[in-house]
Amino acid sequence: MQLDEFFVTGEPLIYGGMVAIALVTSAILFILTYFKKWNWLWREWLTTVDHKKIGIMYILSALAMLFRGGMDALMMRVQLAFPGMNFLNAQHYDEVFTTHGTVMIIFMAMPFLIGLMNIIVPLQIGARDFAFPFVNAISFWSFFFGAMLFNISFVIGGSPDAGWTSYTPLAGAAMSPGPGQNFYLLGLQLAGIGTLATGINLMVTILKMRAPSMKMFHMPIFTWSSFITCFIIIFAFPILTVALALMTIDRIFGSQFFTLTGEGLPMMWTNLFWMWGHPEVYIVILPAFGIFSEIIATFAKKRLFGYSAMVWSIVLIAGLSFLVWVHHFFTMGAGAFVNSVFSISTMLIAVPTGVKIFNWLGTLYKSKIEFSVAMLWSLAFIPSFVIGGVTGVMLGMAAADFQFHNSYFLVAHFHYVLIAGTVFACFAGLVYWYPKMFGHKLNERIGKWSFWFFLIGFHVCFFPQFFIGLDGMPRRIFYIAPEWFTLNFISTIGAFGMGVGFAIFVYNIYYSFRYSERETTGDAWNNGRTLEWATAAPVPHYNFATLPDKVGYDALLDMKEKGETTFDESKLEPIHMPNNTGKPIIMMGILAFASFALVFEWVTLAAIGLIGTIIMMGIRSFDYDDGHYVSVDEIKRTERAARGLNDE
Amino acid sequence: MSEQDIKSGPLEYRTENGRLAVLGFWIFLAAEIALFSTLFATYAVLYGRTADAPLPGELFEPTGTLIMTFILLTSSFTCGIAIHEMRRGSKKGLITWLIITLVLGLSFLGFEIQEFIHYTHEGATIQSSAYWSAFFVLAGTHGLHVTLGIGWAILLLIQVMKRGLTPVTSRKVFIIGLYWHFLDVVWIFIFTGVYLLGMVM
Repeated sequence: MQLDEFFVTGEPLIYGGMVAIALVTSAILFILTYFKKWNWLWREWLTTVDHKKIGIMYILSALAMLFRGGMDALMMRVQLAFPGMNFLNAQHYDEVFTTHGTVMIIFMAMPFLIGLMNIIVPLQIGARDFAFPFVNAISFWSFFFGAMLFNISFVIGGSPDAGWTSYTPLAGAAMSPGPGQNFYLLGLQLAGIGTLATGINLMVTILKMRAPSMKMFHMPIFTWSSFITCFIIIFAFPILTVALALMTIDRIFGSQFFTLTGEGLPMMWTNLFWMWGHPEVYIVILPAFGIFSEIIATFAKKRLFGYSAMVWSIVLIAGLSFLVWVHHFFTMGAGAFVNSVFSISTMLIAVPTGVKIFNWLGTLYKSKIEFSVAMLWSLAFIPSFVIGGVTGVMLGMAAADFQFHNSYFLVAHFHYVLIAGTVFACFAGLVYWYPKMFGHKLNERIGKWSFWFFLIGFHVCFFPQFFIGLDGMPRRIFYIAPEWFTLNFISTIGAFGMGVGFAIFVYNIYYSFRYSERETTGDAWNNGRTLEWATAAPVPHYNFATLPDKVGYDALLDMKEKGETTFDESKLEPIHMPNNTGKPIIMMGILAFASFALVFEWVTLAAIGLIGTIIMMGIRSFDYDDGHYVSVDEIKRTERAARGLNDE
Repeated sequence: MSEQDIKSGPLEYRTENGRLAVLGFWIFLAAEIALFSTLFATYAVLYGRTADAPLPGELFEPTGTLIMTFILLTSSFTCGIAIHEMRRGSKKGLITWLIITLVLGLSFLGFEIQEFIHYTHEGATIQSSAYWSAFFVLAGTHGLHVTLGIGWAILLLIQVMKRGLTPVTSRKVFIIGLYWHFLDVVWIFIFTGVYLLGMVM
């Protein structure tokens, strides 16, 4: 193989990318070496099994992926700003919209939310860790290496270019030769292992590790939404696993599942993809609903209105999410009856979603709202998401969809639901729980700047797209006609507004790290209602020293009334915690190596890597590491320091 | 979390970790059901799309398939006895019956490999048509699971020999028992849905 077949050449933007990667990597290596941080990095982070640290690593990676996906978006918007623009060529444009979609859904939205779940769910239910801390570390590293594998494609081998949906036969070996599409298949496969494992892990955690006497219907709403999300993950992800595996076998070993020869059925891919893909959009929206519910209840200083209706509507939405997948391809000729069934099931989802919207409004009604940054994101979510939802029902009408299909109307719709739903929730949740993670708040003033830039940019960017879409502009084109110029130009300005908002958000993290006041109490917003606010900030690695015997709905409020804390010296006992281990990162690193080899169809090398992974699993099986106990003395010292109590 | 450990009941359920792991594995099996269902659905959709390759009815033969089914069902039974021996606290009984299970599993694999080689010689390979792709991937995924199960069980045998019956080893053995029965259930669907239907239609 020639070197220029391995590295992508001939594209100035990509040379720029290579230089940037080389510079950033050597800067990181230099800083770590100069400040002698290698040992610290390995001991404290890379080998950790602490759910809070794993969650933070998830969120950091997701922010990096948001930056990457955002750069892709800006490149597309620059190309579409003027008719006859020559910023990207057709091939490069195809690659950019493919990676934008994939990165944002798989490597940004989901990991961000899973990161928040990692940190918050055990705290909300009064648990000391996940049910399987080791598996949790495996999950993170499989996501991380999957994301890395997908991301290096733009400098090594070439990016996939068949869209994030990778429809066959376009994505098959005949029409997409080369490693690009393999990067997509194996990057997603590797990350998918972790997602499934997290789903199982979190489900067992929620079912089995709740605080004494906390009933299912006493669980905070974010935990509920995470729990239902786990259900969706467990039944949807195996479908993706199979679909990706079949296409991989098609491309590398010449089978005929989705080919045009040998009686393969390209439509099979579309069905399999959306049988996973539609539930997937609820995997990224249901936890978001949970986050907004928590924030709205906290800053409206009221109990969440219609708690059980909220829970049941999440359950209903999750169930319906599996029954609507055909609405992604109404125009592919399934026939009037099939289209009608899926049209109606699609529109039905609006009912439980509407219930939730009214519950949020009901919570706000006659309350004293505190307009903090987290609350602003949540309030902005409601009307923005309603626009996305209403246009979604419009798209759900099969007959009308023949007009909207593959137009910018659709693009506007799903950005309205995914950004106003998921991205706002990620920001809101990060701001809201930031003091729990790092022991200080994000600066509120800078946060508001970031919020307004992003919110206004968002509407300026996507609202015009409804109209360009109705004007007939299709998605996935890289040249615009002159009559689409004005609205496209406005849209591009909006996209840069969002970029500025994100930049300010990141700057805020740095600024707050330097200048924000450190937290002294665990209940940073003074109005926390649920258990995560009952422990100290930053949270001790064992989470809770003690818990009250009876934990009900709005557990912290009850505790405050009864004057109880999570540090009852009379009830202290040694706490059992798992040990750190380097096995997860090594095991997944080897698996990533095998995947990389398979991308280039070096089958022998891939097999060696796979055997290495299995050997690692064997080694793990013989590992009877029982963890360690945190002594009562150490708990006392930690809690007294964190709570600012005097030593005797 | 030793305070939640209990003194009676089956060994594998006595520690909190054991109970968590068993529940987690049941949920994992739910995901496995979703995985095999997808493969079965794929097979059903691609049924009959054989292009120029032989039809399944021409290649499938009842005797071999029946022997394989008999072997695998028996191995599930012996696996059940192994768990029963474990519950009785007999380390020797557990090891003996687990080894018998493994031998049966290995002979099942042998038959399956022979069968695949035979089909390949007759001109039905994973590349020859959509139908045969679906067949080999469905049956092959099951075979791969059996292979992994055998490797896994050998590792557990070594651990049981070294450490005896502890809450940890008994939990591991109990879980592989669940896994082995699950593979048996999947095979029943393959036997009826793939082989019997393929021979009849």
